[in-house]
Amino acid sequence: MSNKFTAALRTLTGGRGMTQYSMVIALVVILVVFEILTKGVTLDPSNVINVVQQYAYILILAIGMVMVIIAGHIDLSVGSVAAFVGVVVAQALSVWHWAPGFAIVLGLVIGALVGAWQGFWVAFVRVPAFIVTLAGQLIFRGANQLVGNATPHTTPDSYNWIGAGFIPDFGGGPFSNGTLLLGAIAVVAMIVVEVRGRARRVRMNATLAPLWTSIVKLVVLGAVILFGTYLFASGNPGTSFPVAGIIAGALIIIYGFVTRKTVFGRQIYAVGGNSAAAQLSGVNSRSINFFVMLNMAVLAAIAGMVYVGYSNASGPSDGTGWELDAIAAVFVGGAAVSGGIGTVGGSIVGAFVLAFLSNGLSLLGIDSTIVSIIRGLVLLVAVAFDVYNKTQGRPSIIGWLLRNARRPAATEQDLAVQPVGIADDSKVNK
Amino acid sequence: MSQPTILEMRSITKEFPGVKALSDVSMTVRAGEIHAIAGENGAGKSTLMKVLSGVYPFGTYEGDIVYDGEIQRFSNIKQSEQAGIVIIHQELALIPELSITENIFLGSEPSRLGVIDWVRAQKEAEELIARVGLSENPDTQIKSIGVGKQQLVEIAKALHKDVKLLILDEPTAALNEAESQHLLDLIVGLKAKGVTSIMISHKLNEIERVADEITILRDGKTIETLDVQQGNIDEDAIIRGMVGRSLESRFPDREPKIGEKFFEVKHWTVRHPLDPNRLVCKDEEFFVRRGEIVGFAGLMGAGRTELAMSLFGRSYGTWVSGEVYKDGREISIPNVGSAIRHGIGYVSEDRKALGLNLLDTIKQATVSADLAKISRGGVVDSLQEYEIADHYRKLLRTKATSVDEGVSKLSGGNQQKVVLSKWMFTDPDLLILDEPTRGIDVGAKYEIYGIINDLAAQGKGIILISSELPELLGMSDRIYTIFEGQITNSVDAADATPENLLVSMTSTRKTGPAR
Repeated sequence: MSNKFTAALRTLTGGRGMTQYSMVIALVVILVVFEILTKGVTLDPSNVINVVQQYAYILILAIGMVMVIIAGHIDLSVGSVAAFVGVVVAQALSVWHWAPGFAIVLGLVIGALVGAWQGFWVAFVRVPAFIVTLAGQLIFRGANQLVGNATPHTTPDSYNWIGAGFIPDFGGGPFSNGTLLLGAIAVVAMIVVEVRGRARRVRMNATLAPLWTSIVKLVVLGAVILFGTYLFASGNPGTSFPVAGIIAGALIIIYGFVTRKTVFGRQIYAVGGNSAAAQLSGVNSRSINFFVMLNMAVLAAIAGMVYVGYSNASGPSDGTGWELDAIAAVFVGGAAVSGGIGTVGGSIVGAFVLAFLSNGLSLLGIDSTIVSIIRGLVLLVAVAFDVYNKTQGRPSIIGWLLRNARRPAATEQDLAVQPVGIADDSKVNK
Repeated sequence: MSQPTILEMRSITKEFPGVKALSDVSMTVRAGEIHAIAGENGAGKSTLMKVLSGVYPFGTYEGDIVYDGEIQRFSNIKQSEQAGIVIIHQELALIPELSITENIFLGSEPSRLGVIDWVRAQKEAEELIARVGLSENPDTQIKSIGVGKQQLVEIAKALHKDVKLLILDEPTAALNEAESQHLLDLIVGLKAKGVTSIMISHKLNEIERVADEITILRDGKTIETLDVQQGNIDEDAIIRGMVGRSLESRFPDREPKIGEKFFEVKHWTVRHPLDPNRLVCKDEEFFVRRGEIVGFAGLMGAGRTELAMSLFGRSYGTWVSGEVYKDGREISIPNVGSAIRHGIGYVSEDRKALGLNLLDTIKQATVSADLAKISRGGVVDSLQEYEIADHYRKLLRTKATSVDEGVSKLSGGNQQKVVLSKWMFTDPDLLILDEPTRGIDVGAKYEIYGIINDLAAQGKGIILISSELPELLGMSDRIYTIFEGQITNSVDAADATPENLLVSMTSTRKTGPAR
């Protein structure tokens, strides 16, 4: 019986077994354990809504960070960049009285300029990203305090909607109908994508996974979405699905698609996996590096603006330590320090692991210093587990429904042996 | 055979999950001989040597290793080295940033109270490198000497460890003719001083030259041990044992159909990327006809690879100047992307470092040089990707369970087929092949030659760069020789002999009929 069971699991996961879902399982375990320890508070609607709003910034940053890390770089400046953009936007709103829409556009433009600045040094001058963004961390933290005079700036409610607001609701009844509608759309979209994918495979005469795997997948995912819908819809009156969650969700879908399905996404993996080989295949590694750094800063700007909305103000210590949250989420999510490996989906799971861990521990009233220690240990153990899996020759990707992104780990030997004398700029910043 | 036995491996069986790498392999090595191990890639040669040297510790394999009259139970390399067994791997284990001395003494630095005695180390290093015929300053950094000399440093390091049994895994794979000669002479010299050697090699002519005995492995089993001194050993006999059949010819038959001149390079000058005063290519010109296989012969360092890469989107060197004409019109190829668009493909010399992203699956690697072809609006069509990769897998008979398999798990020959698929997918008019069969076993070589011939038959021009003269002579229609960045000669295959090529490869004198 157990043999049949493991064989079925193997088919379900596309021949790779359950190891790749280990972080998803870990997330479920964390949720269940805290749900019991906090006597039901963890999965209480108001808490879940709060986690999404409070930690949306980690989700948004993790998306950009995983792309940076896949390309073989790192970005230490995201917290400072987020804070810098946040304070400028807050200034625009409270001092210059700009309309929220214009202030947001201003924030995005500043993010892009900051990204272009850092991308220039990384891609064209070839200063290691570690150094460029370490400098950026200092520069933009200082810039934040310079612009904001090191004092908080409050922002108007019309703006705060993006961080603290909820999707509009309509009708009456015990649940938020807007959230129910959103959940229904998500379930239908999921079924349509799966059915169309299968239909296309049939049309192209490609190999098709057994029908039951699709059904199991749809049932499990559908149950998760419906449970989430129920949670968000049954919160306190006046609450529904948070706008910050919509922003994060849209970015996850867009960037998940970009990294998995587009030429640009492929090229990021190529540059991070073997920069020299990528260049000899016609990939312009400079522009890839440039855009990856630019993109990260734009996402940091979005994270910063959402956070300002959530906390109704921009302060001088916003974004402190965010880079470490984002980097930790990406590595918990299965990315490799040496580049070339990682997924948006895995990083989001990693971000949720870290978010619910912090949230659960603080609900239990555990001191923040201890929370920090526990988070550090979780990061260490998660990555150690991943490394162990790799040395056992198993694929290491901890991903979430990533059928097409199979990236088996190269053996250590393969990676360790670099012929002498071959200029390989990809190794400089690892 | 009067010498005593130094090593006997009895019924060695080694299994990896799902694979039996060695099954009941036995071999006997006599003291003071050079014992060659031949076999195709994947035959188990390297695995056997790793068992012997303790890389796979005692207990992970079955069977006995009897060395110096005793059953040995090595649990790591350190123990086997203490017993005098030193293995030199195909991929050298030297640290590029450290000096020759530091590398030789790495892990066994002469010290007093934990303080390294560099004066003594240096003196000993001088003696050791003199023994292997190196005249370098022992303070030289490893990265600044060539692969051939690095190989010698490895041997010096082994000598320092008081080696009794030296294992060399493909020692000449990355060396040029002259360096190989020197290395083989050195091994023969060590034999006279009582050092026994086991040598794994794909180069049958070398085995034939220096080995006393040859053990042939195939599919993890011992096929036979041939005694060279009894005579009657030739390359054909070795190949028969390795592949289990005789290869009628090492090169597949081909009827060259050569068309008009379509690719021409003129006044090509390239400066070294680090030293702009050094010209790696000086005002050269050459051409390729449709359907023609053009060989480029030259010693390593002669500038063959540099020339090829400078053509391929100026990805090598600085201040490249000159004109490239294709089909009579001058084309501009300022970067790799434009070279690919103009129908030029380049299969690099180093598969792992330059040819493949080892994290890729077969299908990802196959389409990686021309993603635009299978994408619409920047979105890659993953079904088409699968089908194209599968098409090439079947066409080139790449051994893999599916195109979802990672390229890092493939053997060298199959990796090379993936690289060839990648460039065939770009549908080039001119394909530059830089050492396309390096580190590939005889059977796979034959297949790769067949693929090259097919491509030429389709009317593509092929530039074949190789260090192996038999390969160039067997495959090319015309051969250019290069010496120190200059094209010294152009010889028709019919007129080419190893002798006249070697003359033009080592001097600027012209021999054969110049064209």
